[in-house]
Amino acid sequence: MLQLRVARTRRIALIGLAGALAVSMSACAESKRDDNAAGGEKTGGTMVFGATGNPKMFDPIFNDEGETFRITRQIYDTLLQNKPGTADVVGSLAEKWEPSNDGKTWTFTLKKGVKFSDDTAFDAKAVCFNFDRWFNMKGAAAQSQMIYYGDVFEGFAKNEGDATGDPVYKSCEAKDDSTAVINLNKAKGAFPAAFTLPSFSISSPTALQKYNADTVTQSGDSFSYSDYANKYPTGTGPFKFESWDQAKGEVSIVKSTGGTDTAKLDKLIFKVIPDENARKQALKSGDIDGYDYPSPADYALLRNDGAQVLIRPSFNILYLGINQANNPALKDVRVRQALAYGINREQFVKSKLAEGSEVATEFVPKAIAGYNDQVPQFPYDPEKAKQLLAAAGASNLTLNFYYPTEVTRPYMPNPADTFTAISEDLKKIGIKVEAIAKPWNGGYKDDVQKAGKQDVHLLGWTGDYNDAGNFVGTFFGRSKPEFGFDNPALFSAISAADAAAVGDAHTKAYEEVNKQIMDYMPAVPIAYPTPALVVGSKIKGVVASPLTDERFNTVTKG
Amino acid sequence: MLRFIVRRLLQAIPTLLILSILVFAWLRALPGGPAGAMLGDKATPEKIANLNHILGLDQPIYLQYIKFLGRVLTGDFGNSLVSTQPVVQEVLDFLPATIELSFAALFIAVGLGIPLGYLAARFRGGIIDNLTIVVTLVGVAVPVFFLGYLLQNNLAEPLGLPSQGRLTTGLDATDITGFAILDGILTQEWDAVWDAIRHLILPAITLATIPLAVITRITRASVLDVMNEDFIRTAQSKGLAEQTIRGRHVLRNALLPVATTIGLQTGLLLGGAVLTERVFTFRGLGFLLAEGIERKDYPRRQALILLGALVYVLVNMLVDVSYGLIDPRVRVR
Amino acid sequence: MNTLLNKKKEPIDKLAATAGGGRSLAAEAIRRMARSPVAIIGAVITALFVLLAIFAPLLAPKDPFDRALQDQVQLGRGIIPGSMPGYPLGVDDFGRDFLSRLLVGAQQTLLVGVVATLIGVSVGMIIGVLAGAFGGWVDTVLMRFVDVLLSVPSLLLAISVAALFAKPNQWTVIIAVSIVSVPIFARLLRGAMLAQRDADHVLAATSLGVKRHTVVLRHMLPNSLGPVIVQATLTLATSIIEAAALSFLGLGDPDPSRAEWGLMLGKAARQFLDIRPELAYYPAIAIIIVALGFTLLGESMREALDPKNRR
Repeated sequence: MLQLRVARTRRIALIGLAGALAVSMSACAESKRDDNAAGGEKTGGTMVFGATGNPKMFDPIFNDEGETFRITRQIYDTLLQNKPGTADVVGSLAEKWEPSNDGKTWTFTLKKGVKFSDDTAFDAKAVCFNFDRWFNMKGAAAQSQMIYYGDVFEGFAKNEGDATGDPVYKSCEAKDDSTAVINLNKAKGAFPAAFTLPSFSISSPTALQKYNADTVTQSGDSFSYSDYANKYPTGTGPFKFESWDQAKGEVSIVKSTGGTDTAKLDKLIFKVIPDENARKQALKSGDIDGYDYPSPADYALLRNDGAQVLIRPSFNILYLGINQANNPALKDVRVRQALAYGINREQFVKSKLAEGSEVATEFVPKAIAGYNDQVPQFPYDPEKAKQLLAAAGASNLTLNFYYPTEVTRPYMPNPADTFTAISEDLKKIGIKVEAIAKPWNGGYKDDVQKAGKQDVHLLGWTGDYNDAGNFVGTFFGRSKPEFGFDNPALFSAISAADAAAVGDAHTKAYEEVNKQIMDYMPAVPIAYPTPALVVGSKIKGVVASPLTDERFNTVTKG
Repeated sequence: MLRFIVRRLLQAIPTLLILSILVFAWLRALPGGPAGAMLGDKATPEKIANLNHILGLDQPIYLQYIKFLGRVLTGDFGNSLVSTQPVVQEVLDFLPATIELSFAALFIAVGLGIPLGYLAARFRGGIIDNLTIVVTLVGVAVPVFFLGYLLQNNLAEPLGLPSQGRLTTGLDATDITGFAILDGILTQEWDAVWDAIRHLILPAITLATIPLAVITRITRASVLDVMNEDFIRTAQSKGLAEQTIRGRHVLRNALLPVATTIGLQTGLLLGGAVLTERVFTFRGLGFLLAEGIERKDYPRRQALILLGALVYVLVNMLVDVSYGLIDPRVRVR
Repeated sequence: MNTLLNKKKEPIDKLAATAGGGRSLAAEAIRRMARSPVAIIGAVITALFVLLAIFAPLLAPKDPFDRALQDQVQLGRGIIPGSMPGYPLGVDDFGRDFLSRLLVGAQQTLLVGVVATLIGVSVGMIIGVLAGAFGGWVDTVLMRFVDVLLSVPSLLLAISVAALFAKPNQWTVIIAVSIVSVPIFARLLRGAMLAQRDADHVLAATSLGVKRHTVVLRHMLPNSLGPVIVQATLTLATSIIEAAALSFLGLGDPDPSRAEWGLMLGKAARQFLDIRPELAYYPAIAIIIVALGFTLLGESMREALDPKNRR
């Protein structure tokens, strides 16, 4: 009896000792970290940013994914970029840019004295090398991954993938070291804004060739990329790539000199933390210095802890799509207007969306050239909605309502919640709703955009660059199964706007188009959701961008 | 012994084959499929069709399966959609973390469970016993992920423990084997060792809850069983001192069933690891699987399920071999 | 031989061996349970839960789907109203009465558990009875299949099965969870068949010339009820917990307006733990209590039936 008791007491004592040791050692480790932080200066230091997911690889032309672009935007530059905090187009690698009268030729005057991070010179020849590389890309696999290129430039020298159009790009000439001329086969309203797209970053020709950047091979059910993409991405940015540790889920980039700018930080680490709660806790404990897309419910909490919640100007739109072909009642504009009056958009925005979100008045966000603040308004008025329905003889309307599952979109963080809110509003004005939920990757887009099976559905769009055509042209530029209508007047107005001369003419033309659209009401714009990002109190110099284009070269810590 | 190993492996092959066919065919048959997942937001029906063609996903299933089998036999499970890295490489990279976490959890479960169970049996009917019973029953009923979130949100800050990850970012610990603690010891980077331990504490406690409950209960039941056995009464009537009885006879005999329970718990640990690692962003295999599920990473899901089955067969066999070594009665078979 | 697998089979086989005890065993077991406080607690909790689940819609003070206070919820500012007159537990993120949703959630949660268990019992029973009744190569083939399923850790199996479905919903969860219990019931029923093979009532029936399938259906199955009920009770508990875990991982029903504890817990634990933790705590506690209740009941039933306890 005695022996066992003594043994037990000894064990307890040891545990107690270990516990005391643990506490004291943690205090030691803590103070070591504090010293480092206190000793940091205005410039320099390491910032850790919590990413929501893994980057794919670092060759921007094969990419279309936000987390990857977040990183490539720091180490690469494009010819033009967005002025921080806005969607306005300003120069980056190019100081001046001039279109020809017919819009088919763009002359870029390039910055002088810029070097790639491998010390090779940036010049017009490098620009042309990049554009030619994309145009001449071979292989169905490679071409199928150049998604933005396919959207903007529509075709390759030899189309092997799903891009089947005639190439918009014709050729590029390096008139001298700092003048590059890009010749197009046709003018598009997308330019010059499309030159800001991160996919069109300029890489070092030397590195591209040395590391076989064009090699995209199939590996089972996915693709394998080159050493260039995985290990040696080389651009002109204020940072340069250092390492990608898959096991730790960390990408490090370090300060680079000789590029378009030099970063103030020494090092920037992107740490992948998929769990939103974990990101929040990590910020709280100082493990990371910031992260993207905090949950709106947490804004107040984060601010209380001293963090800065930076709200982005909206560049998103959430809409309730209407398919006139599927349900003849929807062909009557009064029914469509009834939907607009009958949905309590103000309430939805206030209770379900993040701070800074607003009701959408039209199909382009406010930051876009062409936004019209004089379009017809449709404030919440369920009585008026019922009257309109009665007038159109549609008082007993049944609509099948499609919404996606298993997805969050920047414009629709929670589709099921959005569906619930809107469908209940519809029920209140006497419409019977049949809910049809389909997984995003399992048939939603097919059913809604190709087969047009829905009466109404939820969808949205996140703009990529400052061109109203990128929004309304994509939605209503021609007859589509998604909206099921034919309105030649509208279609030609949009085409004309797209072809309008760059600048004021372009803007005015789209203002007109937006008014026309709201008169016709092919769908109901619901909201401009605004995501935000959050950084710790020590971080200064982050400017929230509507295009999620935050640059960290101006950022300091401490 | 060798014949035994070979026989077990051969027995496992048809099972693995059938499993691979099921998993493969099932994932292929899903609408949208790998192409849709890969294209993500910018997917249009035309792009998906085109990608399907490039990847050969529009070929008849049996042809695809044969190609798949061929690749698998050379150790190529394809690339993950999420990370574009070979899945096999990912598994190897992330495996040490889960092993470390499981060991830590087992350490807690066994280190606390056995003494607790013994005490409960020893003082049967007392406060400790009743408390232990309640705790063990509740322990199995608590959803692991909820417990994890609770600890993460409410205990991490007050105790000064990290709320997620394996190591503090930017710590620059040298990585040799992938086992953070081991590497730290090998390179004598003691701050790295301590950092790794601190990151392990909360996830290990979370993961250990269920095994702790079970081990405590089994130990208690086993000790009670043995204490009532005839040979104990014989020893008592022989006049042996109480603690000799307890130490030599009771404990040793009671621990045998507990040992096999521990083996069983390892399996449960793997299941719990998926939830725990997800909550704490502890980058191990469980995290890999959870991320693969959320991001619709078909190659990864496929590979993990199949590799998991393979590993499980091997582990089972290992346990049987070692059990045969320990218990001579078993070896006869 | 497979150590871990055998270890897992032990409790099942032991339980199966109690089949065929007949009414006397059942009566004795019930008497024993009536004396055990653990059994009583388990039975009370279970009964309460079942009653709650059945009468929930009547008991709920408000309509669980009515987003009455939606205007007061401002997710964008982290505001979800808590306890107030008329809404004792506050509202959820859609402005719906939380208490009502919890009550109605009992129904959905019980449904998931019961359906999953029923499927497990039915399919497992078919397999187990076929194997036990026919023996021979039928037995070998079926049991090999069962062994494979049994050797996989239950949560991993559930996750793997659920992950193979394209569109997760309530039914994929139920199927995934029931597949975990199928091998258990299969083995249980087979064991019960084997245990009764030499029993008096079976020998009497066969010697009287009763056909095999009648013997099985009329004599052996009803006597296997005891072990099946015990296991079903235990399986109900684990089903509810596994279903909650699957919801959490994103493999569950994506429709959040359904009131089901696992769903409510998953969503709240992810999003609202800091601004209104009750939205997560209460469903969690509910799940824990119910799982506990079923487990206590099941375990005490198992112990009551255990012949070793007859002293």
